[in-house]
Amino acid sequence: MSTSALGLGLAGTIALLTTLAVLVIPFRLRPTISGAGTALVGTAGLAAGAAALAGQSFTLPLPSLLPLSGLSFAVDPLSGVFIAVTGAVAVAAGIYAIGYTSHSGTSRAAAAVLPLFVASLLAVPAAASVATLLACWELMALTSLLLVLTEHKQRPEVAEAGLWYAVMTHLGLVCLLGGLMIFTAHAGGDSFAALAAAAPELSPALKGAVFVLALAGFGSKAGMVPLHAWLPRAHPEAPSHVSALMSAAMVNLGIYGIIRVGFGLLGGGSTWWWLLVIGLGAASAVYGILQAAMSTDLKRLLGYSTTENMGLILVGVGAAGLFASAHHPELAELALAAALLHVANHAGFKTLLFLAAGSVLHATGTRDLDSLGGLRSAMPATTLAFGWGGLAASALPPGTAFVSEWLLVQALIHGLHGATTATAVTLPLAVSAVALTAGLAVATFVKAFGTGFLAKPRTADAAAARESPATMLAGMGLAGAACAALALVPGALLPAIGRAVAAAGWPGPVIRYGTNGLVTIRLAGLAGEVSPLLLTLGLVIVMVATAAWLRALPARRAQGARRRARLWDCGGGPLTARMEYTATSFAEPLQRVFDDVVAPETRLDVTHLDEARYLVAAIEYRAQVPDRIERRLYQPILSAVAAWGSAARWLAPGSVHRYLGYGFYTVTAVLIILTVTR
Amino acid sequence: MNALGITGGVIQAVVITGGAPLLTGVMRQVRAKLEGRKGPGVGQPWRDLRKQFRKEAVAPEGTSEIFRVAPLALVATTVVTAVVVPFVTSASAVEPMADLFAVVALLAMGTATLALAAIDTGTAFGGMGASREVTILALVEPTLLVSIFALSVPAGSTNLAAIVAATLNDPGRVLSPASMLAAIALTVVTVAETGRIPVDNPATHLELTMVHEAMILEYAGPDLALIELASSMRLCVFLGLLASLFAPWGIAASPTPLALAIGTAAFAAKVVAGGAVLAAAEVFMAKIRLFRVPELLAGSFLLAVAAVASSYFLAGAS
Amino acid sequence: MLRLWRMIRGTGRIAEPSPPRPARAAAPRGDTDGNVGATMRALRGSVQIRHVDAGSCNGCEVEIGAAFGPVYDAERYGARLVASPRHADALIVTGVVTRNMAEPLRRTHAAIPAPKLVVAIGDCARNCGVFADAYGVAGAAGDIVPVDAEVPGCPPRPEAIVAALRELTGR
Repeated sequence: MSTSALGLGLAGTIALLTTLAVLVIPFRLRPTISGAGTALVGTAGLAAGAAALAGQSFTLPLPSLLPLSGLSFAVDPLSGVFIAVTGAVAVAAGIYAIGYTSHSGTSRAAAAVLPLFVASLLAVPAAASVATLLACWELMALTSLLLVLTEHKQRPEVAEAGLWYAVMTHLGLVCLLGGLMIFTAHAGGDSFAALAAAAPELSPALKGAVFVLALAGFGSKAGMVPLHAWLPRAHPEAPSHVSALMSAAMVNLGIYGIIRVGFGLLGGGSTWWWLLVIGLGAASAVYGILQAAMSTDLKRLLGYSTTENMGLILVGVGAAGLFASAHHPELAELALAAALLHVANHAGFKTLLFLAAGSVLHATGTRDLDSLGGLRSAMPATTLAFGWGGLAASALPPGTAFVSEWLLVQALIHGLHGATTATAVTLPLAVSAVALTAGLAVATFVKAFGTGFLAKPRTADAAAARESPATMLAGMGLAGAACAALALVPGALLPAIGRAVAAAGWPGPVIRYGTNGLVTIRLAGLAGEVSPLLLTLGLVIVMVATAAWLRALPARRAQGARRRARLWDCGGGPLTARMEYTATSFAEPLQRVFDDVVAPETRLDVTHLDEARYLVAAIEYRAQVPDRIERRLYQPILSAVAAWGSAARWLAPGSVHRYLGYGFYTVTAVLIILTVTR
Repeated sequence: MNALGITGGVIQAVVITGGAPLLTGVMRQVRAKLEGRKGPGVGQPWRDLRKQFRKEAVAPEGTSEIFRVAPLALVATTVVTAVVVPFVTSASAVEPMADLFAVVALLAMGTATLALAAIDTGTAFGGMGASREVTILALVEPTLLVSIFALSVPAGSTNLAAIVAATLNDPGRVLSPASMLAAIALTVVTVAETGRIPVDNPATHLELTMVHEAMILEYAGPDLALIELASSMRLCVFLGLLASLFAPWGIAASPTPLALAIGTAAFAAKVVAGGAVLAAAEVFMAKIRLFRVPELLAGSFLLAVAAVASSYFLAGAS
Repeated sequence: MLRLWRMIRGTGRIAEPSPPRPARAAAPRGDTDGNVGATMRALRGSVQIRHVDAGSCNGCEVEIGAAFGPVYDAERYGARLVASPRHADALIVTGVVTRNMAEPLRRTHAAIPAPKLVVAIGDCARNCGVFADAYGVAGAAGDIVPVDAEVPGCPPRPEAIVAALRELTGR
């Protein structure tokens, strides 16, 4: 039996055993067993994914496991990428969860369901038939819903977040169901092999409809605009290890679905599909990072950053499809490789960031950046973790996302040769969108790290922070080490990603781009190379040399230690923490620039004295940046649905006679229609 | 990595580190002369730096390692860029690092580190400077990357040595609409990234008008000297990039002493000329309002997009 | 813009020729222990100056503005006004030190990294001038911070201010 099958089987078994164990063991041991079990599931999944990436595929039909359709699993290098990423994230999140849930408490249901969630995340990429995919998808949705609702007894917002999440994930399921059912109906079998074989015979309109429905369903899971509204609501309210799993492992499965359905099953398709994907991806990227830049809630900021990164990945996937349909397979492979590398990179730094944010929440009790600050002296490890994650997320060297963004930009730039007009218009706009997100990402993470961790604490909660327990630090350390490895030697992962790209399955020549060892990444056939390792080495060498030279200066040697001096405050009174820039004020110039897009809402309430209308007793000022798509798109739909619902109430007055009449008339009408149309 | 590249790298490191204060001095002299003054002489920034390195090093209360490391990081990113970009020779010292996208990202990294150090001081001015600086950085990135796009399309690569070689092989390309538009866009970017008028006034004393200065109000002694040196070097690097991308003639193509001397002289002449033009322009302009800067940057972005469009549509699909 | 260019061409140089360099003593008056001399040698040719108005009538400020203006052009001798005391080497104090400005003046002086100098410009900073014994006055500059050089006058002429700065920079 191949290692990947063994790994997945082991993962599933451990998950079930852990779930059962947690349901029976006493309260004291629950966090440890749950977290350790999850970490073991993750390890098994990582091994399975790594084996799949090394080329060990397997197929496993299980016709008797589910009535009517059976289950069927198959793993190829493409699924291997997502399985390995999920496994790695689960290891870090599981170890972290041990410490996190022992201190913040968790319900029995949530602790029990955590390993099952990870198992379902591992199972979705391994699905080889529509029924399996949908069953695992729904398992994933239900388990994650339970996990999001973990703290609903402590905070009322959690219930609302859970409701949004539940509704949106099931609407996505409906779209998926619709699209895949149409496909299956025309294919005569629901295994992926049958679907792929039947695809060439379908009409372009039908394929387009299937693709759009699949895009809607999978895109909603990936946090694609405009179906992203659940993401910034659910991620802050879930416990941090769950947020990490959702943001770094679950949203990837939306991407997996689009790649699998678009390339593998539908076989590429028309250009307009991929232009749509690029457009939605660019919009998600820009909108996501803009909202993140305005956000003052630490975890909401990270949730919007997930939308941004998924948007960038979708730009890569769309570019790949675009180049494939324009018959440039080497560029298509490059774009898809960039997208997959970004999936791995994003998983790494997003896990690190969410775990660090959870550490902050655990230590201070607040997620509000305007109340934090000064955490670096009390929580140096967490500060280091968030700083490293923030550098990674900003796509600056030597951060993690730099190489995948470089690859993506290379693919887009080289695509202009021999392009059609549509491509020639889209590609520069896609590059501008990527560039705008890169700049805004720097601004966002400078804001988050600077106002949250540096300078002085702004409230007593922040001043009372203490470093987190060892298991939480261990989880963050693992994620940080993974980020560092991905940042310095991404070349180690690229051959595996090459195999995954080959398995994505559109007809074309074998991969022609190559890498040159671990130090430099070279694009074969296209002129371009970069070496993050050499860049980092160069920076470190110059910094150390400059510091040594400074220390050797006679004036410094004579002086000795630096003089501790009072902050320069223009000579006036002492600087209080209230005088520091807050996250809101930091983002204010950006908000002004983009206020047409972001539409901040302000409310000013002035209370006058009763006696004299000209004297002011109190002023209350509220400023808020809502999610504009939610306001403009969702609220009208929700209000319309609510209005129809109340209007339709006249149909249900409670009279049994009326309901019996409905039944009678409907049956009669159906019989008449059938008779007439026969 | 070949002999040409390595020689070039060493020469560039020495010339740019040593000569950047001279560039600042020349610019101040040009301004002084145009304003009717005599000015302190082109060597004054060297005297200033020498004195600053001898002064006391200060650790303000409440600042952390980030405050102390930021000047080193700023110098490191600038020095690494100065070494790898082909200014004096047409080959780079370290080929894999001479990618235009990588160089731009390195320079942005230096700015971001300084912004973090400014926030770390915990003063209102530091936060204000950092906030304004990252806003300008965020708005300059799209222009930069789209200009890179426009420049790399004819050369077929974002590798700087390849772009320089392509321009040397086909000098007429510099006069194409794509190139001209990209040049104007990159000039605006240079002004914005190095904090010159009309985006930022480097000589202002009014804190509420500061962008770059506000971030370094707390730095003293050797730290301040490093930051000022790094700022002059950044200006040198940006002007040198403009020269290498749009006017690379005189660049040494072989490691002979004559060619290297000509290359160094040509680089120095172009950078000093560019700096003098910038300084002269500053005499005729005032700093624009902070909230008008995005309009300026949006205009440069449109020029960059026009450059890409024209490089595709006018040159034909090649 | 063209009008401005024509004006620049037509005006030419406004700065007056430098007076002969003052015969530089090893240290200016007031130096008793050689530290100021050592400081000046360390600064040699480059002095960044932070100005503090401790309670002046602005007459000295106007003269300082003129000293740094195009006619007298103190910058050509290596002196430059800076915004932050951390960037400065010398502190120039104008005006009598009022009660509210005593502590800020001390803090500004403390913020300047060593080696540093203090110059009191104008009679008010030297010895309270016309404001001696006024109710809001904490003292002359020398009562709050150690003064290394003085420029007498009410207000002192720009040439005197420039000469004092030249003694500091040595140019």
